[in-house]
Amino acid sequence: MARFLIRRILQGALVLLLMTFTVYAIFFLGPGPQFVARVMAGKSATPAEVNAIANQFYLNKPWYVAYGHFLGGLLHGNLGYDYYNNVPVTTSIKQAFPITLSLVIGAAILWLLYGVATGIISAVRTRSLMDRFFTTQALFFYSMPTFVLGLLLILLLYQILTTHGVAIFPAPGSYTSFTTNPAAWAHDLILPWVTLALVSAATYTRLTRGSMLDVFGEDYIRTARSKGMSERRVILRHNLRASLTPVVTQFGLDVGTLIGGAIITEQVFSLPGLGWTAVHAIQSQDLPLIMGIVIVASTGVIVANLIVDIFYAVLDPRVRLH
Amino acid sequence: MTYDISAVGESELPVEPSALKAVEARREIEGKSPWVLAWRRLRRDRAAMICLGVIVLIVACAIGAPIFAMITGHGNMQQFTTTGLTPAGQPIGPNSTFWLGTDDLGRDLLVRIAYGARISLFVGVVATAVTVVGGTVIGLAAGYFGGAIDSVLARFMDWLLAVPFLLFAIALFSVAVQKPIFGFIGPGLPIVIIVLGFFGWASVGRLVRGQVLSIKEKEYIEAARALGAGPWRIMFVDMLPNLLAPLIVYSTLLIPATIVGEATLSFLGVGVQPPTADWGQMISTASGMFLYGPWWYLVFPSAALLITTLAFNIFGDGVRDAFDPRGDLYV
Repeated sequence: MARFLIRRILQGALVLLLMTFTVYAIFFLGPGPQFVARVMAGKSATPAEVNAIANQFYLNKPWYVAYGHFLGGLLHGNLGYDYYNNVPVTTSIKQAFPITLSLVIGAAILWLLYGVATGIISAVRTRSLMDRFFTTQALFFYSMPTFVLGLLLILLLYQILTTHGVAIFPAPGSYTSFTTNPAAWAHDLILPWVTLALVSAATYTRLTRGSMLDVFGEDYIRTARSKGMSERRVILRHNLRASLTPVVTQFGLDVGTLIGGAIITEQVFSLPGLGWTAVHAIQSQDLPLIMGIVIVASTGVIVANLIVDIFYAVLDPRVRLH
Repeated sequence: MTYDISAVGESELPVEPSALKAVEARREIEGKSPWVLAWRRLRRDRAAMICLGVIVLIVACAIGAPIFAMITGHGNMQQFTTTGLTPAGQPIGPNSTFWLGTDDLGRDLLVRIAYGARISLFVGVVATAVTVVGGTVIGLAAGYFGGAIDSVLARFMDWLLAVPFLLFAIALFSVAVQKPIFGFIGPGLPIVIIVLGFFGWASVGRLVRGQVLSIKEKEYIEAARALGAGPWRIMFVDMLPNLLAPLIVYSTLLIPATIVGEATLSFLGVGVQPPTADWGQMISTASGMFLYGPWWYLVFPSAALLITTLAFNIFGDGVRDAFDPRGDLYV
């Protein structure tokens, strides 16, 4: 297990290194050396600022020296300086992160419960009316672009209801932090949660259903039934436990990706999380901020991958050998 | 997880006499190829056939977009500042002149939606083609050569599949908007196709690699090698035909994903740029104003996008079931 862990962590580190180099190539090598400083400081940069940036990023040295320096900065947790907002990039990211986290945690709980529950019902009652309904709705939401669902929910549940005097749902853009008022926090986030959850749950319905149907064909399920075990226990104890492995894998990867910014949902509901911040940084040409968010998000994905793999290896010893 | 064509078996479905005769007449030449069987199964899938009809209709709308402009007499870029906007400069709802209403600049929404179908389908098909061809070639090479080449390529694919591609699109765009990256990657369609193609091929590569690893051990590959066939011939003449079924299934399901990807990039403002008519971009502009009244501006492009992805997804599911009725081609 120790050998597996070490190898897997080293692989993760290698992928992370590749990622930082890609980011470096896009932001520093892509525009060409004489443009980097202007690109990083924004269009309104003074010559003094441009000079300071050229020195700071070692732009007058060969690219590998400059990249090494860039990497050294990252290792010290230095993501650069946000010239537009005049704060370090880490400050802007720390402000946006709790919002993304709130969005993802709530949505993740919803989609996991809903997706797995509908998957179980579909698998246990194959070809029933319920199964047809759940698989059809899964296909429907699976085909639905996230922003279309979010905007339609705003139109139907916020705008039309509110203009008819039923103001249950808050206006898009409302956000109360959890520490201020947990009830208002949940109330403000209901629509974003439902949007993200419905779109994501579709995959989980299909995954749970397919994997449970596979497991129902296994011998040990027949054995459990022939021992006279209650069907409820067969489903929950024997089948579901085995079927959940792929679901957990998918869950780890999805959460890992979204932690780096649930970009579309944040954009639709004007929630200033990491994704929203990145999209808005395009308009203000705040490239250091975009770069910082890309690096943080990629790290999140790689760490999530690592956790999923380790979890897998703990569950299934055969994985460690490969 | 091998795809053994002979195992697909004969169709157990009843065949109408006339079709039977026609098939019987040619039986000696073509036998019962898995393609014929798959097509026959697909034709019996009512939902898939309806969706195929819808897809044909959407393609017709895209090709015939100028016809919409001709019938309504409204150009794609034409702004009707007096008839297409309220005195306050707001879009006008659906009426007898503008069937689906107008957009924020007084352009005919119906004509714009028809033109938008062109971009969606074009990117959907081109980016999917780039993805499938790239993924197939690299997956074949990784699976066939094995060893160090395979390790490097497999690791690279893992990395690509883990990349938060929307953020990378944002990063690429933010740089390219100031100066084309490496001198040629500018904002707009080039970035869209590069992002979707570059970050998409890895899933195809992984699928192909997995199939090749099992095909590699089959006797007919050994026979080809014994006959002196080189790696290129084995990969593209002996192996590729056996990969076509899973590739067709995967491509059909990849098209709607690519269309959503393009619309998403355009919605975020890093895809197709105005004034080109594009669904994602229309929804993006509409999202800022539908709360003040013009619901049609949001609803009609959204419906166009949703119908397209839904039709492709249901059709894709049908194609998968047709090629793989037992469900063992994919996990």
